[in-house]
Amino acid sequence: MSETITQKPKKIPQLLLLPITGLLHLLMNISDLFMDFIQRRVGIQGMAYIFVLPNMVFFAMFSLLPLLINFYYAFTGGVKPLPQDRFPVGTGNFDILLECGNYLDPNSCRADLFWRGLQNTIWYVIFEVGAILIFSVLTAVILNQNIKGRGFFRSVFFYPTLLSSVVIALLWKWILQREGILNASLTPFGFEPINFLLDANWSRFWVIFIGVWAKVGFYTLIVLAGLQAIPNTLYEAAKIDGAGRGASFRHITLPLLKPSLIVVLVLTFIRAVQVFDHVFVMTGGGPGTATQYIVQYIYNIGFATSLQNFGLAAAASILLGLILVILTIIQMRVTGSGEE
Amino acid sequence: MKIKNDVKKLMLTVSLVGLLLFLAACGSAEPEVITVVETVEVEKEVPVEVEVEVTRQVETEVEVEVTRQVEVAAEQVDIRFMGELPIDASVVMEDLLDRFESENPDINVILDNVPLSTIMESLPLQLQTGDGPDIAKVTDIGGLSEYYLDMRPYLTDPGYWEENMQTTINATNPDGLDEINGIYSDVTVTGPFINRTLFEQAGVAVPSDTSDEVTWEEWAEAARQVRDATGVDYAMAMDRSGHRFAGPAVSQGAQFFNEEGYPTIDDEGFRRMAQLMIDWHADGTMPLDVWAGGDSYQDARAEFVNSNLVLYMTGNWQIGPFTDQIGDAFDWEAVPNPCGPAACSGMPGGSVIVGIAATQYPEQVTRLMEFLAAEENYGEWAARANYIPQHEGLIESGIAYETDLPQALNAYTVFGNQTSKLAPLTYELQGYKYNSLLFNSIRDRLTQAIVGELSLDEAIERIQADVDEGLAATGE
Repeated sequence: MSETITQKPKKIPQLLLLPITGLLHLLMNISDLFMDFIQRRVGIQGMAYIFVLPNMVFFAMFSLLPLLINFYYAFTGGVKPLPQDRFPVGTGNFDILLECGNYLDPNSCRADLFWRGLQNTIWYVIFEVGAILIFSVLTAVILNQNIKGRGFFRSVFFYPTLLSSVVIALLWKWILQREGILNASLTPFGFEPINFLLDANWSRFWVIFIGVWAKVGFYTLIVLAGLQAIPNTLYEAAKIDGAGRGASFRHITLPLLKPSLIVVLVLTFIRAVQVFDHVFVMTGGGPGTATQYIVQYIYNIGFATSLQNFGLAAAASILLGLILVILTIIQMRVTGSGEE
Repeated sequence: MKIKNDVKKLMLTVSLVGLLLFLAACGSAEPEVITVVETVEVEKEVPVEVEVEVTRQVETEVEVEVTRQVEVAAEQVDIRFMGELPIDASVVMEDLLDRFESENPDINVILDNVPLSTIMESLPLQLQTGDGPDIAKVTDIGGLSEYYLDMRPYLTDPGYWEENMQTTINATNPDGLDEINGIYSDVTVTGPFINRTLFEQAGVAVPSDTSDEVTWEEWAEAARQVRDATGVDYAMAMDRSGHRFAGPAVSQGAQFFNEEGYPTIDDEGFRRMAQLMIDWHADGTMPLDVWAGGDSYQDARAEFVNSNLVLYMTGNWQIGPFTDQIGDAFDWEAVPNPCGPAACSGMPGGSVIVGIAATQYPEQVTRLMEFLAAEENYGEWAARANYIPQHEGLIESGIAYETDLPQALNAYTVFGNQTSKLAPLTYELQGYKYNSLLFNSIRDRLTQAIVGELSLDEAIERIQADVDEGLAATGE
């Protein structure tokens, strides 16, 4: 006959617990006194600022201060990183970037690589944002249907979002390189192997494709949430009125999805302009400068050369910021969300 | 509300009582003090005599104060050594450093083996901000020279360095100073390797077997014939590097500097070599994978090791990897640098291990550098890591490389002979302080010309503009 031994959990001695609780309460009371004192000084409205103060301090240190330093660097020259070692050049760095015979022909510009990067970025943004908008809506509409394995498919579409950009880039590099999986799969059917990452057009296509593949799952979730917020009664009413699926989509789904789509539009736009990591790992900006985008230009000129031109890099990043602000304002006006 | 306040007051009172109880429990009688003198060992077996004062509490809490006495041995210092070392070389360096540490217990050397990109991109920034390691292995020898430590005041025998390593002293002092900064980790010479087995399989004669001066065009033609006959993918490849391109360009007659010593690009020799590169990529003699892919240095080692490449323009640093990765799987061979109208030259190069001026421990850094530069240790480094040293004594006595592979031994001989055949201009170019500015621009702009983004004229114009703007930014 087995004997069951039960061990009683050890209790924390009351004598030890009491002082700890007491100390905590004392601290809370002291804190109360302190907050009362501040509230009397700044008023109840002002307390909101006191509570966000710690966050604002970090924001100032790690965002605002670097931004101000960036402005300083944009108007100085030299290859030394310390501010005291740099000399003022006025708008010299901006002059270099903006000196162009024809803005549509990078070869006519003094900083040709800046303009190549800008042109490549514009095309990237147009294609990636457009594709993500279309595919996220399509995918969300399909995943919103009552289909078998809906949860599984939702996970499948979301899965790439969980991977890091470097992993995604390396994965696709293995697939796309000359002796990669894609060529190995195509050649038995009589296709000639293609240097996907060494042909300018193919490499442009693939970096956009991979960007869309990696991100569309996340935006699909946003659109899906928007779809699920649309009351079913609207569709039922439309059906009674004789509206088909297409009409319901155009007149009910799309208008009511507008807030979600604006979120998707703004987020994809900003992230597309910042494109760098997966492209840098996959193509390094090549072949030539076919996939070199504006952020890589800034990185190259500021950090990846033997004589780092921080001034030019800072000026380019300010121009990029300005372009982003202008385009965001236009976007807000066009979508009408500015008024909302 | 009143009840709530009462509860609050009650809680406060209880808390205070609890706190008092706690403080009372912590109180103690007069501590009993015992003084013990004993010998303990701390930090890497440095014997230290300490006085331990033990203050015994009533129950279990013991407070120990350790007071170091005056006769404590010298404190151990950490020396940080940053470099990019291949696996074989890092094993040798770790052995040497272990031996140094056992002979110098007051110095602990921390070896940071980092990627080359860290040396090229992060190290200059660290040095400019007065940060960085105490010792570094650098490839931009002239460009970083202002940050090197002058070890002369700390050296026990500066004459040994002047006698054996004057070339190193010249290389680390492009401004004409006479400082002693460090040693060459490895002297390199660029030059081609061929896959002789493929030549034999193709039935094509190796051009250098019958002539001492084979032109680049002749090598290209022979390599194409071998490629076509054997079905391998590539005839020729060159590392994606302006430095690798410079030797052949000098051979074609490129001057690189004008009469005032200012870097200039546009001459017949440079154009000829650049055009050859463009043509070889256009007709498939060279693979696009190396020069058109990526944004920085690329090599073609994998293709050569896999016997998929007939001729590979690289340098003597590949002997070690080829010995390990190819061995005698096929006959690989170093051949003399191909010729142009002006010369048959590669480029000198290499990396130096130097002390950094911002170090807090110049005396200890110098001691480590003296250890590494000692003939016995430097010879071991070169022999085991398969490097060519810059040391007159060692060159005279010869290095007993740790390989009996005929291909490797033959390659060492070929590259050894090449050092005397390099064009004088190549040394001038290698010693130029801003040569990396020149080399990087050549690499990137030539790539643009190869993929058709720029014409050759535009590429040359852009290289000159990049150099001009870069030099203007430095204030020179």
